[in-house]
Amino acid sequence: MATETKDIVSACVDSYGSAVGMPQLCGEWMGNQIFWLVITLVAIFLILSRVALPRIGAILAERQGTITNDIAAAEDLKAKAVEAEETYNKALADARAQAQAIAAEARAEIQADLDVAIAKADAEIAAKAAESEAAIAEIRAGALDSIQAVAKDTAGEVVAALGGQADEAGIAGAVDARMKG
Amino acid sequence: MEGDLAHIGAGLAAIGSGAAAIGVGNVAGNFLAGALRNPSAAASQTATLFIGIAFAEALGIFAFLVALLLMFAV
Amino acid sequence: MASDTTAAEGSSLVFHPMDQFIVKPLFGDGAVGMFTITNMTLWLALAIVAVIALLVLPTSKRAIVPGRGQSIAELTYGFIYKMVEDICGKDGIKFFPYIMTLFMFIVSANFLGLLPMSFTTTSHFAVTAVLALAVFLTVTILGFVLNGAGFLGLFWVSSAPLALRPILAIIELISYFVRPVSHSIRLAGNVMAGHAVIKVFAGFAAITVISPVSVLAITAMYGLEILVAFIQAYVFTILTCVYLKDALHPSH
Repeated sequence: MATETKDIVSACVDSYGSAVGMPQLCGEWMGNQIFWLVITLVAIFLILSRVALPRIGAILAERQGTITNDIAAAEDLKAKAVEAEETYNKALADARAQAQAIAAEARAEIQADLDVAIAKADAEIAAKAAESEAAIAEIRAGALDSIQAVAKDTAGEVVAALGGQADEAGIAGAVDARMKG
Repeated sequence: MEGDLAHIGAGLAAIGSGAAAIGVGNVAGNFLAGALRNPSAAASQTATLFIGIAFAEALGIFAFLVALLLMFAV
Repeated sequence: MASDTTAAEGSSLVFHPMDQFIVKPLFGDGAVGMFTITNMTLWLALAIVAVIALLVLPTSKRAIVPGRGQSIAELTYGFIYKMVEDICGKDGIKFFPYIMTLFMFIVSANFLGLLPMSFTTTSHFAVTAVLALAVFLTVTILGFVLNGAGFLGLFWVSSAPLALRPILAIIELISYFVRPVSHSIRLAGNVMAGHAVIKVFAGFAAITVISPVSVLAITAMYGLEILVAFIQAYVFTILTCVYLKDALHPSH
């Protein structure tokens, strides 16, 4: 082996490139390891604290905000829907009440017209009835007079036929007396 | 000869890892038993579980460290 | 005959499970100096790229309705944010970028380390020790700055009987200082052990008879390692949160 020519570069590595003991306990590397490690840690810390974490935090906060906003908007819309429904119900109730009022009004109007018509008809009927009664009374009176005249004539003839001298005034008085009887 | 004794010592020290394994198993087993009785409380206690395991394991790590030192540093 | 094959197989069975953890210069040979660009530099840079690809690029559209990539970024954000909020409380939120950095680095480094031929940065104690010490120092300094001497109440368990308190205080003190050790070695140890075991199984694959079993074992270990890669990042992060809570609210 070329151990004589190749100088051993480290106390922790033999000439074959194998570890002597534990590489982790090799003191001569530690300065190098710690140096690069500290640089790495500082780099990661700067990357995280300057870029990554604020960005992810902002994204999460923004999402939280969006969700909250959306929920609020949804609640708003829901309230609006409830309000609209109430308005609709109210309008419906109003319309119904109005319709009832109109119906009642129409009914009252019809009733009034009807009443007037009935009253008019009643009055007409009453007038007609009175007229008829008057006519009947007239007719009855006319009939009585005719009967009286017929009775007087008949009585005068009957008296003449019996041979008597008919006294016009006596016959009239007797007929009148009988008629009243 | 001295190196041989150190190797024997390292082997003996490695028994400590087995003891630590018993300890860790104890912690995890008892956690599981408790978690099955009250599953709702289990999630909040996982951190405690890991801390307990870590403490139990720490002593096993000392045995491991002694073994390493005997193997490579003595 | 039998001994011959055994010998041949024996000679082919070469285990170098730790070679994958060697740090070597990326360009040319030579010693690894303080500022040498090594394979570790490459994979750390790829971790940064992975973080950008996961969190920055998919969110560039800022869509209200997220796509696939943006969902992943948002889920990761929410996952860590909730963890910090649950454990540290509201006043822990200002440390969220710090904890997110730790989590994203460990997760991307762990998963990048699972790529074949890659270099696993989180398997090195130097790396995890820096992470754990950073947490430890942050918590200790923050605890004293925020609470003054009241932070020491963490070690003085007021719910315990008075006679026991000094002993408990010593135990608490030891466990407090052991935290960075266990914190760092847990991560590095888990990652390293898994990768080394996979390499050992791969070494067995040189024996023809065993190789199917070996491939199966590697597949199974790989699945376990995927789990470990995430769980260790999670555990590291959650323990960071727990330690941070001690600094923010030291009373037990």
